[in-house]
Amino acid sequence: MTHKHDEHNERDDSIQTEGLNLWYGTFQALHDIHLRIRSRMITSLIGPSGCGKTTLLRCFNRINERFGYVRTEGSIRVLGKNIYDPDVSLSELRKSIGMVFQRPNPLPISIRENVLFGLRIHSERGDFTRAMQDEMVESALRDVQLWDDVKDQLKKRAVHLSLEQQQKLCIARLLPLKPQVILMDEPCSALDAEGTEQIELLLEQLSEKYTIVIVTHNMGQARRVSHECIFMLHGRMIEHDSTFTIFNNPKNPETDQYVSGHYG
Amino acid sequence: MFSSTPREKRRRKIERIAAVTCFLFTMLLVVPVLAILTYLVVRAWPALSLDFILENPQNLMQSGGIWAPLVGTFCLVWLTLAISAPIGILAGIYLNEYARDNWFTRVVSLAVVNLAGVPSIVHALFGFGAFVLTLGMGKSLLAASCTMSVMTLPVIITSTREALAAVPISFRMACWNMGATRWQTIRTIVLPNSMSGILTGVILQISRTAGETAPILFTGVVFYAPVAESGFASILPYSVDQPFMAMSMHLFTLMTQVRGVSEEMQYATAVALVGLILLISGGAIGLRTWLRNHRRW
Ligand SMILES: Nc1ncnc2c1ncn2[C@@H]1O[C@H](COP(=O)(O)OP(=O)(O)O)[C@@H](O)[C@H]1O
Ligand SMILES: [Mg+2]
Repeated sequence: MTHKHDEHNERDDSIQTEGLNLWYGTFQALHDIHLRIRSRMITSLIGPSGCGKTTLLRCFNRINERFGYVRTEGSIRVLGKNIYDPDVSLSELRKSIGMVFQRPNPLPISIRENVLFGLRIHSERGDFTRAMQDEMVESALRDVQLWDDVKDQLKKRAVHLSLEQQQKLCIARLLPLKPQVILMDEPCSALDAEGTEQIELLLEQLSEKYTIVIVTHNMGQARRVSHECIFMLHGRMIEHDSTFTIFNNPKNPETDQYVSGHYG
Repeated sequence: MFSSTPREKRRRKIERIAAVTCFLFTMLLVVPVLAILTYLVVRAWPALSLDFILENPQNLMQSGGIWAPLVGTFCLVWLTLAISAPIGILAGIYLNEYARDNWFTRVVSLAVVNLAGVPSIVHALFGFGAFVLTLGMGKSLLAASCTMSVMTLPVIITSTREALAAVPISFRMACWNMGATRWQTIRTIVLPNSMSGILTGVILQISRTAGETAPILFTGVVFYAPVAESGFASILPYSVDQPFMAMSMHLFTLMTQVRGVSEEMQYATAVALVGLILLISGGAIGLRTWLRNHRRW
């Protein structure tokens, strides 16, 4: 395993794991993962199907625990805090770690309510005035460049939007909660080339404010958008380095095979 | 070019036969329903009047109307729903949204399925033992409603679970990943999107409650218990600890237990029973439609 972190100190890390093992029942899906995800950067997780990318992503907000038969071992620190500490509230944890899914999954409510949904969950009725809400909706939708498309139809149900717009909305609804980290599980795999390009542009901008971890199957995408890359295979982390190194000068022959196999 | 081949002609013929056959079988279903309703109304016509509906049975059922049993069935249906709908819906929510897949959940599910298969006469005996005797309710509207509730619960639980399961898991994922609790997810997303399915299950139990005779036979229904036809007492005609009359039982009485009842009256009673069921179901369907159109989400 390769760590290339000597040039920055730990305070720049949003997520650190040590000796992370995970079992689905008796099947071990993650083996001894040590990694560091740097703040305000885009890190992409690559590797063949079934190698544990989604599973790893779901560890970071402890959503894996919703399946009763999952067992996790090792430590995960988010913003320096061990998320398995007894005083950690799952609700607060998930508030600061947003998740974007493979298939856009806007809630079956209006566009406006989608954006405000997280806020409603985490606040009491009356905490925010109508004007504050309007402002938050506008700023979140502007941040994902959706505002101009939907400003006249905020009351319409979100499921009528195009897939690309839906995916943007799914990102926008995380923003009012002011997350630190945004996890994305193949966010473009349901989109066409145009939509993919739009989302990639968006990622670039978002990375100024948020730490982004993106799972992708698309080697080109990993190369285009990410600053660092993590290559996984069979539940193990094989290599973690800058994107340039992973694609041009990987240390591990398996990484080399994988990245070249996809565009060579 | 583009002319049909013999094989394609054959396919078209089969296609036509399939369509016609399906249509005919649909008619086969519709015709008896219309026939029954028409037949009932035609036979009942001479006896149908507002007085028939608004008067108590008189003169050993040979004259008067059906007010008391009509009111009794109405009360029975609503009291039964008031008991079984909340319990059934909450149990369905627990089983679908909260319960982990362990032996306990499986035993409960199995119990629910088996309870649905118990014949109504057995429910009647259980209700008699449990509610009338053990819990000391006596033969009363409450005991009968409890018995009916036990009978309708499994169906309501099952239909609630199905309605909840039809809500895509991706909605729940979106909520949970934003830090919503299970209950927040259920209240804001899952329930609003399954309400019409849940209500459909409940609505189907209305006609069952109104139509069954066995479960109320030992537990609350009586041959004759007139109610106030007007005045203050007619607002709450039967109190829950009293025995009551019901349409299904009354129809049975008219047809087999007393002599000299005109056929028109028997048919008119049947028409009134069907009408009552349609009325209550219609009201519930109206409510469902209203909920569907006025949801805020
Ligand atoms: N909910 C689950 N229950 C049991 N096994 C699972 C579950 N989710 C994933 N797995 C298994 O864990 C391994 C990793 O899956 P996943 O994280 O989805 O891989 P990836 O996202 O890289 O395609 C796979 O072998 C998969 O079969
Ligand atoms: Mg995956």
